[in-house]
Amino acid sequence: MLENKANPTINKSTGLPRKRFYRARAHSNPLSDSHFPIPLSPSHVDYSLHYPQLFPSSDQINGSKIQFADIGCGFGGLLISLSTLFPETLMIGMELRDKVTEYVKERISRLRVANPGQYQNISVVRTNSMKYIPNYFEKGQLSKMFFLFPDPHFKEKNHRRRVISPHLLHEYAYVLQVGGIIYTITDVEELGEWMKSCLENHPMFEALSQEELEADPAVKLLSTATEEGQKVARNGGQTFQAVYRRIVPAS
Amino acid sequence: MEDPPIEECEHDDINKTEQDTQMEESKQNNKDVEVAPALIAVHPTQNSVAVSVGSDLRVFNVPEDCAVTLVDESGGASHNDSIRAIKYGANGKLFVSAGDDKLVKVWSTESWRCISTVYSEKRVSALAVSNDGLHVCFADKFGVVWVVDLPGVDGSEAPLNRKAVPLLGHYCSIITSLEFSPDGRFIVSADRDFKIRVTVFPKKPLDGAHEIQSFCLGHKEFVSCLAFICTPDYLQGILVSGSGDSTVRMWDVISGSLLDTCEVGAKAEQLKFDTSEANCSTVTDICTIPDCTLIAVAIQSLQGIMLLSCNLPSETLSVVKVVSIVGENFIPTSLGSSISGGLLWMVTGASKLSGSDHSSLSRVKVISGFRKSSPDSLEQEPVVLGDCEIPGGAKLLEKLQGSISIDEKVFLAAAEAVKTAMCNLLIKKQYSVEKRECRKRTRNDKKMR
Repeated sequence: MLENKANPTINKSTGLPRKRFYRARAHSNPLSDSHFPIPLSPSHVDYSLHYPQLFPSSDQINGSKIQFADIGCGFGGLLISLSTLFPETLMIGMELRDKVTEYVKERISRLRVANPGQYQNISVVRTNSMKYIPNYFEKGQLSKMFFLFPDPHFKEKNHRRRVISPHLLHEYAYVLQVGGIIYTITDVEELGEWMKSCLENHPMFEALSQEELEADPAVKLLSTATEEGQKVARNGGQTFQAVYRRIVPAS
Repeated sequence: MEDPPIEECEHDDINKTEQDTQMEESKQNNKDVEVAPALIAVHPTQNSVAVSVGSDLRVFNVPEDCAVTLVDESGGASHNDSIRAIKYGANGKLFVSAGDDKLVKVWSTESWRCISTVYSEKRVSALAVSNDGLHVCFADKFGVVWVVDLPGVDGSEAPLNRKAVPLLGHYCSIITSLEFSPDGRFIVSADRDFKIRVTVFPKKPLDGAHEIQSFCLGHKEFVSCLAFICTPDYLQGILVSGSGDSTVRMWDVISGSLLDTCEVGAKAEQLKFDTSEANCSTVTDICTIPDCTLIAVAIQSLQGIMLLSCNLPSETLSVVKVVSIVGENFIPTSLGSSISGGLLWMVTGASKLSGSDHSSLSRVKVISGFRKSSPDSLEQEPVVLGDCEIPGGAKLLEKLQGSISIDEKVFLAAAEAVKTAMCNLLIKKQYSVEKRECRKRTRNDKKMR
């Protein structure tokens, strides 16, 4: 850890990057044209870049694919909690803001160094998930999708920028396998109701029962694992969650 | 660095506070966008041929050898801005037209009366009629596909101005083409973000289309056109698509897998006499010849068309030949064909050309030599018909072109107009760092202090 002393962006005691050096705006416009690289198709996603220890070379196929996606992963708190909870599962965070993505990248690589053998199953990518989900995942590839504290977009004019919307749910239903689970949580009551009603009205999703929610270890992380969730808890705020399962629609 | 908050779909949302120079530039861009290429559509049994230029819709009845007068007593508004899509229904009973005036007009091909006028919230970029003729789908500039049902088309029900409901959405990407699969199971939509989406067309379309069958991914630029090859052996059809990446690709819609790619741009490049222009081999339109496996391709730099053949058993595409049109600067903007007739109809032209006496112009040409008897090869050499050999002859040309003879200069203008229209609409704008900063400073969503 000697080299860290010279690097002020790294916290000396934890060896992790410090958030203050990765300041970013709270929001980003998902409608603007993107100028970052996008894989041509899911088969073009280079797993060796994301999971170098598990995929030593880019042409190696060991059969396993990304199963969890954290959409709008922010500073990556959920990914890091999930990594040790599901050590055998590959997962990826998707974030539109450039600097935030850089922070998560650095955080993961530091964690990998500090804890050999751990945190090899998580990674992050800068992308606009509202546009390019089908470029990253095949049909039925994912078993869990997380939407934690998304941008509320209060104005009605901007509702189409919301990450949970009737049209986008079709795409999420496409990449989720039957039985896969979509997790949403927010501290904005209006948005919580919106997300719940979108999911409720979609024929390919059904709500989890109370028992199922209590038995699911990922549900506990929704309000505790992320930086945003911790902030809400600190301020004594309320949260609203909606957890739904992908089902085969009754025809 | 954050991207400037420019919404990509609507280009007419100009920032009012921008500096004068930028203002002028935006106006210029806006003008270019309004130039619409001429379109052609042919009735499935060649009962009629329709051409649209700007807001003008021209129809010619081929068997009766007379121009058609459109009757609009539906009470709805008439087209008053560029028409962006025209299409016949698969059974030939319906014809639909739509465009920048946000109107979708449904016509009966029997009486050529307007059955229904549907008001869209946004400008319309693509159209499709379901195979049973009961639903019309249209895509708007925000990437939403809407559906309207049309029961009582044959009956005497009074014309209704129906309200459309959203069917599916591409996230804020202009939809360039909409097609139903020949078996009617899927609706396929292509967008300028390189995507082709295959959606199961639901039994109750008014409840929305929830199930995505596949995404066909592989194009590296905007997808400009879609078509299905359908032969008696392949009734479910094989999808082909053309793109700004100068390729035509063939897809399996069930799995979304890419079957073959044909680099038509490279081939067209070899033929070009004028090599000064680079990178203009965008595929503007493709048209499959019914009941055989030939595909006609219109390319932005090619005077004429390229013919591709699809080998269905081996699932490959290959270039058969290039049919050049000599003497005239004819670069087609749109292609059409019918089940009977064995003809390929082509049009070139554009509306609202600056620096031209004509407000809008079009030129129609026909290639013959496509027959059912030889499904994967040409029975005879395809021949570009002379004006008098075209069915309907001078009468047809007078109706569809507006005049019989067309000034040579306008061809060049048309080709140029189509190119800029496509560039403005479909190619992502690249901003320099300074320009980006300037746009950020003048963004109008900032709070005033």
